[in-house]
This record gives sequence, C-alpha cells and structure tokens, in this order.
Amino acid sequence: MLERLKSHISVNLFFKLTTLMRTKSLSALLLFLLITSTAVFGQLLVDMEATPASVESNQQCFECHTRQIYSYENDWSGLVERKAMNPNYILDSAAFHQGVHRHFACTDCHSPEYESFPHAAEARLEPMYSCMDCHGGDETYEQYHFELIEEEFYKSVHSTRYDDSFDCWMCHDPHAYKAMTRGDFKISEIVQNHNKTCIDCHNDAVKFSILTDSVRPDLALVHEFIPNYNLHLKAVRCIECHTAQEDTMWVAHQILEKEFAVKKCVDCHSSNTMLMASLYKYQNLEARQDGFLNAIILNNSYVIGANRNYIFNIISIVLFGLALLAIAVHVFFRIKNR
Amino acid sequence: MSERLYLYPIWLRIWHAINAFMFLVLLATGLSMQYSNPDLPLIRFDLAVQFHNIAGLIVTFNYLIFVAGNLATKNGNYYRLEIAKLYKDLSLQLEYYLIGVFKKRPTPFPINEKRKFNPLQKVTYVATMYGLMPVIIVTGLALLFPEIIIEKIFQSSGFFLTAILHTIVGFMLSLFLVIHVYFSTMGSSPTSNFKSMVNGYHEPH
Repeated sequence: MLERLKSHISVNLFFKLTTLMRTKSLSALLLFLLITSTAVFGQLLVDMEATPASVESNQQCFECHTRQIYSYENDWSGLVERKAMNPNYILDSAAFHQGVHRHFACTDCHSPEYESFPHAAEARLEPMYSCMDCHGGDETYEQYHFELIEEEFYKSVHSTRYDDSFDCWMCHDPHAYKAMTRGDFKISEIVQNHNKTCIDCHNDAVKFSILTDSVRPDLALVHEFIPNYNLHLKAVRCIECHTAQEDTMWVAHQILEKEFAVKKCVDCHSSNTMLMASLYKYQNLEARQDGFLNAIILNNSYVIGANRNYIFNIISIVLFGLALLAIAVHVFFRIKNR
Repeated sequence: MSERLYLYPIWLRIWHAINAFMFLVLLATGLSMQYSNPDLPLIRFDLAVQFHNIAGLIVTFNYLIFVAGNLATKNGNYYRLEIAKLYKDLSLQLEYYLIGVFKKRPTPFPINEKRKFNPLQKVTYVATMYGLMPVIIVTGLALLFPEIIIEKIFQSSGFFLTAILHTIVGFMLSLFLVIHVYFSTMGSSPTSNFKSMVNGYHEPH
C-alpha cells in the first residue's frame, strides 16, 4: 500500500513540477529540483505490475466518459437529463486499463477543475502534455528512444507538411496506448497494431480531413502495383516501405514523401532483404518459441521469392549436381563405346 | 529400317510443346524469384512474378487437357502400371541403361503400338503427372489465392509450408526435366526423338 501511495504521489509531483515549469517564473529553480529528483522519481514512475492506484478516483470520470449517453441531475430544474456524449470524449475503459498509462489518475494530466460538474468552460483551454514532457530525457524510458523518435518525427512528412497541430496524440492515443515490444508479442500482432495506427486515418475520410483538404487517396488503388495487397498489409508494416529504416529504431517515425517509398519488389524479396533491418530480425525469437526444429527450418525463409533456407539450397544444389554428373558419365561412356 | 510408327497424335504434340515451353518459363522465372538479387536480377522480380503466374495458369489448364485426353483416348492406357512385374521390369530397364546400352544390347522393352513407354519411363511419368503435378498445381493456386491457405499447420505458418512444398516439388520437376531431356537423346539417333516431337512418328532402333 505504501509503495502504491509513494508511486502515486511521485507521479503527481512529477506532473505538478512540469506544469509549474510551464509558467516559467520558477523554471530555473524547478529545473534544478527536477534534475536532482528525477533519479529518485525515475525508479518510482510506473510499477507496471501493481494494480492501478487511480481506479477509484477515475471512476467518477469514467461514469460519463465511457458512455455514449450520460445523465446528470440539473440543479436548476431538478430533472435528471440524458445527453449524448461528444464521441471525441468517449473512452474505452477496458483499453485504458490495459494501456501503459493505466496507473494515472485523469487529473494527473487533466486539470483538477474537471473534478467538478458541470466542467468549467476554461478547462477546455488547458494546454495538453506532449509525450516528451514526461518521457523526454528520462533514463527510465531510455530503451524506448523517445529523443530519437522525436528527432525522426520532426523530419517526417507528418511534421514538415503540417503545423504543430500534428502531435503524437494524432496517432497514439495516450488513453489506450499499449507498448508492443519485439519479443513479447507475435510479429503478426505487432504488424496489425502498427498498421492500424496508419490506417485509422489514411482509410478514414473524416479523420484524414482533419489535416488536409486534399482528397484522400484510396489505399487499395495506390497500392495496386503490389500483388496481394491485403496479404502484404497483414504481413508487413506500412512503415517498412514508407520510412527511412534505422536499425536502432524501435519504430521508425521518419515517414517519407510518397515518392521515396520502397517500390522495388527485390528490396524485400531478396536474400539481403531490407526487412532484416527491423522487426523481422526478431522473427527468430518468435520461431524459437515454437521449438528448435522450427527455428532451424523457418529461420530466414518467410518471404516468398527469397527462400533463404540454406539447408534446402544446399540439398537442391547437391542433388542437381549429382544428376548432371550422372548424365555426364553416361554421355562419356556412350561416346566411348560408340 | 523398320516401319515408322505414328505414336504421337497432334493434340498430344501440341500439349507437349505448350508444356515444354511453359516449363522453361516457370523454371527461369521460378529460379529468378528464388534466388532474387537486387544487384543481379535474372528477370525483374515483378515481371518474374507475373510471367510465373501466367505460365502456371496455362500449365494448369494444359494439365486438365492432359487428364481429359487420357480419359477420352487410349493414350491413358500407356500409363497403366503392371505392379506385379514392376520390380523385375524396372531392374531390366535399369540394367539396360547402365550396362546394356554400352554393349549395344537390344532394348528390353522395344516401343510398339501397345507400349509407348519402357517401365522406368512409365513409373517416372506416372509419379510426375499424377503425383507431382497435382501438388505443384494445388500449392501454386493456393499461393495465387493466399486467402485460402490455412494459417497455422502444427504451429508452423501455412504459407511457409505451402511455399516450401511448391519449391521442393518445383525443384523435383526441374530435375525431371533435365533427366527427361537427356533420355530423349537415347532414341535411334540422339536427335530422332526430338524429330518425333514435331512429326509424331516414332523411329524404332
């Protein structure tokens, strides 16, 4: 219990500190405090195993914000009124409790003013945190390479083509975000999850138009040149062809202009396939979970047209060589005994 | 020279010619995809895929003609194996190819109207046409319409198993092709069987 409390307090404190920093008046002092305290807080930030401390406190918000219709008692008329919830403010509580931020109370990130109802109109103008406000420069999250992600994002078309309104939340919902790390999930699940991030907007006319007035291209149509497009979409991630691939990156964020997307089949369908630079390097891990034999036979042989299975290659070359040798010997004796 | 025997009717010659040409296309494109290399493309990958698909479909259709033709005409009879005598017959034929042919012995199973193939040929053709061909056609169609493939078979990817089976059978058929072409040079003269492919007449030894 004490641990939970400590964790909760430290999380709250961390956010309050960063919020205060935005006021700039105390920034110098707080920066010093923040740096000296990060080491302590860093250890306590999130204990992923523990039951979320915020379940009860969030219940009040979820009462309305997980429903399409919410009801409240109108103090003036004394009537219970039922209203439709703005779809943008409806949360999936199940997804929230599976997400990485499930340990937070709503008011850790949102203004405490939301604790009263009806909510104050100004509360809506509160500045929102960005990923980097909490994750930037923090050792706890070093393995996720947030700085690199930010750097790549600023080079991506999502950033260069649009103003600052394109932020992390456009693609990653902090209320439901699940870290899908290589090794812990099946490749197919990771592919599906990552592609959903892109498709949610690029296959949705309304969401697509949040950023641009241009006509949304039909995904199936622009990818017509790929045989079995739907199968490709299940097996490889959009970012495989649409980003500059860096081996060190967990998820490449430098989305390129469409002209620079990979279009040559052999870039993937070859023995030195570029796919080995990213996610699929970890295919071996997955294969080994199914047993040793599978690991040996399935290794490096998942792409049609690039059967990189050396055992089969060697067997076939040996058999072919033997057949040719037998023919050569036969020809030799036929000529000799003519 | 004994009388020439009209053994290969026109439909069979056309069928064989189509099969032979498509086999070469499938082999070249198949190898090109199997060992695809961006720096040294034998055939551009996307083109190879297209040609492989088209040639595969033609071979599939051609196979149906072969089966139908064998059911409708007496050509099918040539493929009937005599199981009881198989071992003895195969040994005789193998002995001829390994020893007899160099000692100018007569072939143990001379070709006539009733017997187009020697026992070794017959076994190979039956295994190829009724064993390997259906497997490569079914796996090929499955890869062409991958949504019909079962995703997991004994914890392994159904795609992988289908692809590897297609590749292995493809390899066996290409091995057959090489040996088949070589044995074609063992007619009355090295080129006589190739002439028969065109004019339909078999020239006896």
